Amino acid sequence: MPALTRKEVEEIALLARLALEPEELERMQHELGVILEHFGALAAVDTADVPAMTHAVPMDLRLRPDAVQPSLPADLALGGVPRREGDLIVVPSSIAPPGRGDTGSGS
Amino acid sequence: MSPASPASTEFWSVADTARRIAAGEITATQIIEAMLARIQKIDGELGAFLAVDGDGARAVAAELDSQRAANVPQGPLAGVPIALKDVLVTRGLATTAASKILRGWIPPYDAHVVEKLRAAGAIVIGKVNCDEFAMGSSTENSAYQPTRNPWDPSRVPGGSSGGSSAAVAAGLCAASLGTDTGGSIRQPAAFCGVVGMKPTYGRVSRWGVVAFASSLDQVGPLTRSVADAALVLETIAGFDPRDSTSLDAPVPRFTGALTGDVRGLRIGLPQEYFEAMDDEIRAALVRTASALVERGAELVDLSMPHTKLALPAYYLVAPAEASSNLARFDGVRYGQRVEAPDLLDMYGKTRDAGFGPEVKRRIMLGTYALRSGYYDAYYKKAQQVRTLIKRDFDRAFQYCDVLLTPTTPTPAFPFGAKANPVDMYLADVFTLSCNLAGLPGISVPCGLTAGGLPIGAQLLGRPLDEVTLLRAGAVIEAAVGLGDRRPAGIGGIT
Amino acid sequence: MTEGKRPSAGEGPRDSLARGNPSGVSVSREIAAMLEVWEPVIGLEVHVQLATRSKIFSPSAIEFGAPPNSLTDPLVLGLPGTLPVFNQAALALALKLGIATSSQIRAKSRFARKHYFYPDLPKGYQISQFDEPLCENGHLDVIIGGGLKRVKLQRIHLEEDAGKTTHVGVSSHVDLNRAGVPLVEVVTAPEIGSVEEAGEFLRSLHRLVRWLEISEGDMEKGQLRCDANVSVRLRGEDRLGTRTELKNINSFRFVENAIASEIARQIRILEAGGRITRETRLWDAERGQSQSMRSKEEANDYRYFPDPDLPPLVVDGAIMGSILQSLPELPSVRFDRYQRAFGISPTEARTLVSERALADFFDAAVAAHPNETGGKMIANWVLSELLGALRASGTPIARSPMQPAMLSELVKLIESGTISGKLGKEIFEESFRTGEAPAAILERSGRSQISDTATLWEIINRIVAANPKQAEAYTVGGKDGLFGFFVGQVMKETQGRANPVITSDLLHKRLGR
Repeated sequence: MPALTRKEVEEIALLARLALEPEELERMQHELGVILEHFGALAAVDTADVPAMTHAVPMDLRLRPDAVQPSLPADLALGGVPRREGDLIVVPSSIAPPGRGDTGSGS
Repeated sequence: MSPASPASTEFWSVADTARRIAAGEITATQIIEAMLARIQKIDGELGAFLAVDGDGARAVAAELDSQRAANVPQGPLAGVPIALKDVLVTRGLATTAASKILRGWIPPYDAHVVEKLRAAGAIVIGKVNCDEFAMGSSTENSAYQPTRNPWDPSRVPGGSSGGSSAAVAAGLCAASLGTDTGGSIRQPAAFCGVVGMKPTYGRVSRWGVVAFASSLDQVGPLTRSVADAALVLETIAGFDPRDSTSLDAPVPRFTGALTGDVRGLRIGLPQEYFEAMDDEIRAALVRTASALVERGAELVDLSMPHTKLALPAYYLVAPAEASSNLARFDGVRYGQRVEAPDLLDMYGKTRDAGFGPEVKRRIMLGTYALRSGYYDAYYKKAQQVRTLIKRDFDRAFQYCDVLLTPTTPTPAFPFGAKANPVDMYLADVFTLSCNLAGLPGISVPCGLTAGGLPIGAQLLGRPLDEVTLLRAGAVIEAAVGLGDRRPAGIGGIT
Repeated sequence: MTEGKRPSAGEGPRDSLARGNPSGVSVSREIAAMLEVWEPVIGLEVHVQLATRSKIFSPSAIEFGAPPNSLTDPLVLGLPGTLPVFNQAALALALKLGIATSSQIRAKSRFARKHYFYPDLPKGYQISQFDEPLCENGHLDVIIGGGLKRVKLQRIHLEEDAGKTTHVGVSSHVDLNRAGVPLVEVVTAPEIGSVEEAGEFLRSLHRLVRWLEISEGDMEKGQLRCDANVSVRLRGEDRLGTRTELKNINSFRFVENAIASEIARQIRILEAGGRITRETRLWDAERGQSQSMRSKEEANDYRYFPDPDLPPLVVDGAIMGSILQSLPELPSVRFDRYQRAFGISPTEARTLVSERALADFFDAAVAAHPNETGGKMIANWVLSELLGALRASGTPIARSPMQPAMLSELVKLIESGTISGKLGKEIFEESFRTGEAPAAILERSGRSQISDTATLWEIINRIVAANPKQAEAYTVGGKDGLFGFFVGQVMKETQGRANPVITSDLLHKRLGR
């Protein structure tokens, strides 16, 4: 597996929302490179026709009845919120990411 | 190594503590007070506890005592003090996962295992230290404090459940619940000379367990005896409808498993696990195997050819799932936030300041492994290798009932010894496969090195076959275990 | 029946766009000319909120307009340690839609995590479905141009909704009430060829989800949201052009305006020699144009992987069977059947299937009717009198005071000649007002139609005898207009109850011509 470029490390840090300092980025580039090198063994393994194990124990998804349970009272739910405006959570503003309009779930 | 004095309650087993309280020989309050006093005396040096809930524990003890006085029937663990790894969510009691990003978070709910312990009458005495978000093998990654190995304070207690293993070994609780994702219960148990068990995946509910790697995490007991492990496991195991990966399988009476009989038990020795390890550990394992044979077990040599792939597979799957599970720590709804005028900056700074270096490393690694374009070669490939590893186990269990291996290649190492991340990862080499395959595993003390450091023997079993592990583990404990020996490094009883 | 501005079959897209459409898109001749050369290619992604009681993975309640952050629990908040458990009602509703659209239902589908950071996405990922969705390759039959057009669907999958973020100055306020509400995402093949077809698709889907009681589909409440992928290519070209994604379309009107505007924008750029940037654009209904959403972050890498907290979703024969049994006859099927069985026009059929309650009312009235031929008349009465009365009184069909069997009874009275159509309308009004059966009303009023020949002959004889001058003027004098005088007299005498056809017949006989 190829070593990581500085640009790749920056991209990953952005995807992961980690504002790494320049020294951190450099260290990370080196460390990740070393770690990834150790995983070279995997590439050589023949896994044709081998199913991926997404669940350790084979089971089907259990279905839950459509019954409502009480919600948390807002004060308890928002007890840990660093910044509030009444019962609303406050964050700094930003343009929505390309996948999102302001009206909710997008693809 | 002074023997425990009969008057000191702190090294009583879970079973004994519960029994004596139930028999009226001692009160829960007395047990708790003694424990709190010992924590006060020792933990400054040991560093096992992140939070001690003295008030809460006393209140529950008082309630239990007055109920007992009124002959109100009590649960099987009534009055038993338990320490919880700080990745287990506790209502009203700070839960940090040993991370700065959760500093000050007071959860509004209890984990399922905590509910079960409380329902059984157990008393949560406090939250114990661990590697941050359970990522590590030495507890050195805790953002708050180091925890020392009670056998030798210059050495690590193991990780990630190092606070658990140290507290149990040093008599600061009757038992502890830890979590095991790649060996994080078994390895620290081995380093601290206690019993540590990881149940079959799905045996114990993950509701309320701060997620590290969802397809690998399991909660399990760390105790001073195999019998205690059985008792605690019996209490916390069982189906929970709030966890979609929870198995709807009946819970055997684990406490009934300790028959002492291993005649005819076929014990597999996978050659790949015996290649590289310290000589003293090899010798201890040989003694362990012999002791089992003397009592009627059979040894079976076998090979598990994909063993070496466990490390790279684990270090792709676990960080990938971790990078996803830790995306929720963004400073918006709970935990620490670094304010900034721009949302992107707020996220970036909050997470950079809140996570430690190992956590950041794994998030980066995991994010990389899941990137489109890399997913097939990394994450998917690793999941396929998991299947190969599981097949190795399936094949092995055609020829044997349990597998015997060392838990770790070395005894507890000194602080700072594994500064290179890859060296640290290599410490897990014997414990990882079990998580990848979803199988149960137990580590039982089987000797001490010449330098007085504990050695652990690991048994791995078929899915849902914890009883066989407990049965064989108890035999190992009786034959080659540490007996009454206690760590004198910190908190030796005088 | 008013025809409305519907294109006739065989009309091309240029014509429909050029003619404008009910949503009021004003289209210039310039654009009409463009569309001779350029072909729009549209794909729609519609999110539909499922009408379950609790959320998709958590048992918190769902309620539009509840106080902020009052419908949360540890899972909705994304607290550490929480885990999802799947709501069986969400599966049932999604399957209903999948089966009703003839989709292939995957026996084992998976939930996947879709990662991105946004303040109203508590876990930092959305639980959705990726390469193993629940439904694929279905279709929706859309009523357009007087017939049905089949729009292919790529997929329908389940996912959870996010909360709501509103911008207030330099901050954003987040309400998580909506986080975790179950959604299905319906994705069409990129084959919709006109603005109108896109609008009709959305209307058809809206009608279908309400028909199946899967969702209220109220766009204003955000229960149905539409994004459009739009590209253009030269007519005859096989390759797809670069597409843009249009978001923030939250009413039916906006859909057509927005898409038309985007098509025009793209054509103008291409004709000027430019290139289309692949981007997301937000529709601004007030300004009537879209804005590019520029964002600091890279193009999205959602890092999909199967959610390890949720084992595979298995759909077995038993579940499928019970859903199939519960499905009502679909609107497109009834659209066809009504035309064939009752000889009504496509427009009339379309109105009858605009709402399930209305179609069910019609079916019930027909079922209560003793003969096969009453259907067309019943349809007429439903479409004119009933709908008119409902609209005037603001009553929904489900609460119509007049029951289907009553309408059938009324039509029977008219068919049998017991009452005239005119009297029928009066009785209808009273029946609608009071909920009383027409036959009872008629009996009380004593106004049933007189069709008995002997009775009428007697009356006619008396009247002719009493008006000899007029009789002679008509019979001998050729004054045709006087026929109406005699009809009027008969009606006056019988208080309008005389059967007009028989009366006319008998009068002609009596008067000799």
